[in-house]
Amino acid sequence: MSALTLYPDNERLSRNERIVFNLYMISAVLLFLLMMLLGLTMRMTQATWTGVSVTLFYQMMTMHGAGMVGTMSLASTAVMWFFLRKYVTLHLWAFLANYILFLLGALCIIYSVFVGGFASAWTFLYPLPVHSMGLWSTNAAALFMVGYLLIGVGMLLYYLDAAAAIIRRFGNLGRGLGLQWLFRGEIDPNHPKAVVASTMVIIANSLGILAGAVVLVMCLINAYDPAVTLNALVVKNLIYWFGHMLINATIYMGVIAVYELLPRYTGKPYGISRPFLWSWAVSTLFVIIVFPHHLLMDYAEPRWMLVMGQLVSYGAGFPVFLVTAYGVLTNIHRSGVRWKMPSMLAVLALFGWAAGIVPAIIDGTISVNKVMHNTQWVPGHFHFYLLLGVLPMILTLLYHVVGSRARAPANSRTDRLGLFLYVVGGICFCMVFLYAGHMSVARRFAVHLPEWVPYDQAGSIAAMVLILGMLLFAIRIIVGLLKAPTDVDPAHPAG
Amino acid sequence: MIFQNAIWTITLVGMGLVTLGFVYAISQTGKPTDSAQAERSYRASNVLRRWLFLALLLVGFGVSYASLRHFPIPAQHAPLQASQVVDVVGHQWTWDISETRFKVGVPIEFRVTSDDVNHGFAIYAPDGRIVIQTQAMPGFTNKLLYTFRTPGTYKIMCLEYCGVAHHGMTAELNVVADGGKS
Repeated sequence: MSALTLYPDNERLSRNERIVFNLYMISAVLLFLLMMLLGLTMRMTQATWTGVSVTLFYQMMTMHGAGMVGTMSLASTAVMWFFLRKYVTLHLWAFLANYILFLLGALCIIYSVFVGGFASAWTFLYPLPVHSMGLWSTNAAALFMVGYLLIGVGMLLYYLDAAAAIIRRFGNLGRGLGLQWLFRGEIDPNHPKAVVASTMVIIANSLGILAGAVVLVMCLINAYDPAVTLNALVVKNLIYWFGHMLINATIYMGVIAVYELLPRYTGKPYGISRPFLWSWAVSTLFVIIVFPHHLLMDYAEPRWMLVMGQLVSYGAGFPVFLVTAYGVLTNIHRSGVRWKMPSMLAVLALFGWAAGIVPAIIDGTISVNKVMHNTQWVPGHFHFYLLLGVLPMILTLLYHVVGSRARAPANSRTDRLGLFLYVVGGICFCMVFLYAGHMSVARRFAVHLPEWVPYDQAGSIAAMVLILGMLLFAIRIIVGLLKAPTDVDPAHPAG
Repeated sequence: MIFQNAIWTITLVGMGLVTLGFVYAISQTGKPTDSAQAERSYRASNVLRRWLFLALLLVGFGVSYASLRHFPIPAQHAPLQASQVVDVVGHQWTWDISETRFKVGVPIEFRVTSDDVNHGFAIYAPDGRIVIQTQAMPGFTNKLLYTFRTPGTYKIMCLEYCGVAHHGMTAELNVVADGGKS
């Protein structure tokens, strides 16, 4: 069965594809490491172990947030592209254009933050970008927003190409999502899960990015013409609509690697089913309308939106627990799975996602949010499912590709040591955040109360262990990606 | 039990159950089955999934009903049943609070707004735990209703990032027992 072939021929990359894929992934791995080092410096500053000034702390915080969200998007887009191109015809120029626009946008953001002094957090809540109390200029704020716009344009370009490709192959996006089989009909067992997930991301994230573009343009106009004032609540809604979908899309793109690769290591087909299609259809809707759970403490928000925020947060757990995590567990159950780096990372990824969503759902309850909002509970849960969920999804593909270049699954002692350090450090790091959150430690504070410092010190040590693991991953992956494929036919340079 | 401690316990139980599910499945991976057994396992897992779905649905409905029956945020466009009204205005990076001395057991209405950027108005109890919060937004007034239960010095902290001195944007409220002693 071709689906269970470890390194199928239709997954090979042409020379140009390999160059662009390597550009994406090597940039992403290096950026992940750099952003983690920024995060560690912030935790060590809170732990009183560094002499970083408060001004620099908040610049680093802005860079860490924007950088991590951007890099997660970049790398998970490459995961989606890697698998989707097997089923539909994607244009390499669109994929490359997204990378170039990302780099240009990233340069704008880096310049704005570290030269212009911009420090409004990655969420740039209006009117803080234009109300810096003299710490940064309007031009610095505008450059940051232009950077976001460039990245957004690149992503939209890539999504438009992918949407056109899916429509060409399946007729429309609904059929790509498998909506025709929700109530009746025999499901095509060969309908690719990668197409279902990609279609969902294209629909939801395009809407989110458009909302982001609208709010960025509104803020840019306000920056240069303050007479055009904005409604702070409307701006906040648009920013969280954009931000929530952007970061959630990384999970839905990343999980494609698990769907595609895990069955090859378990030897058990991972069939498509009606519950699976229902879960993706429902998730498409939920991810679009769940954003008010970020505004539960904005009492001026219409009540129906707050109620929707809570109920949809609860509902969003069903597809994760009952379909994807459960599907993975039944796939590995009594499978005799080959425990190699990609399969271990894939299972870790689903664990990180499923376990990390628990504190997130609980915080989506309005009465809980009244005591947990903007405490370290929030970075606790999102670091859990990003560090132990999305990043392992991306690493699953990277280790698989590294294995494919050597024609043997990656599984060295160093790889396993890296995984051990990453998991232990990651779990401790996130649990310290959650524990501190329940003790009411505020998030986004450069200086902590003396009684909070022990949590910061524990978190810093855990972060060091985690980063050591990531460093081992990074070296292995970069060397592996740069290695030429071993069995290339010189007439058809692919691999 | 302090509310946050209850949340922490529930979270640990939830995450623990997820962990147990993974540990169980991983512990079984080394016992491959033949196709007949695999088919039986597949059917059993589908039945279990239906029960899990029903259980989660029931828990979801139950918690939603219990937590929303009395809506946890006071009506914003109707008069509140408060004995005292306090105006709160956030500025970069100070709080302007019209009254900072309160009595235990008296419902207080805080009318919270901002005259510059977004701030977060959070009340920390003397034990260092948050008891309630709302956002302070330019152009909007969020009405928060709270009754202090224990005397002592409560701290106000800004919980929405508002610029370089965000962490220093604090204030204090003094709550005295009904007899007047702190």
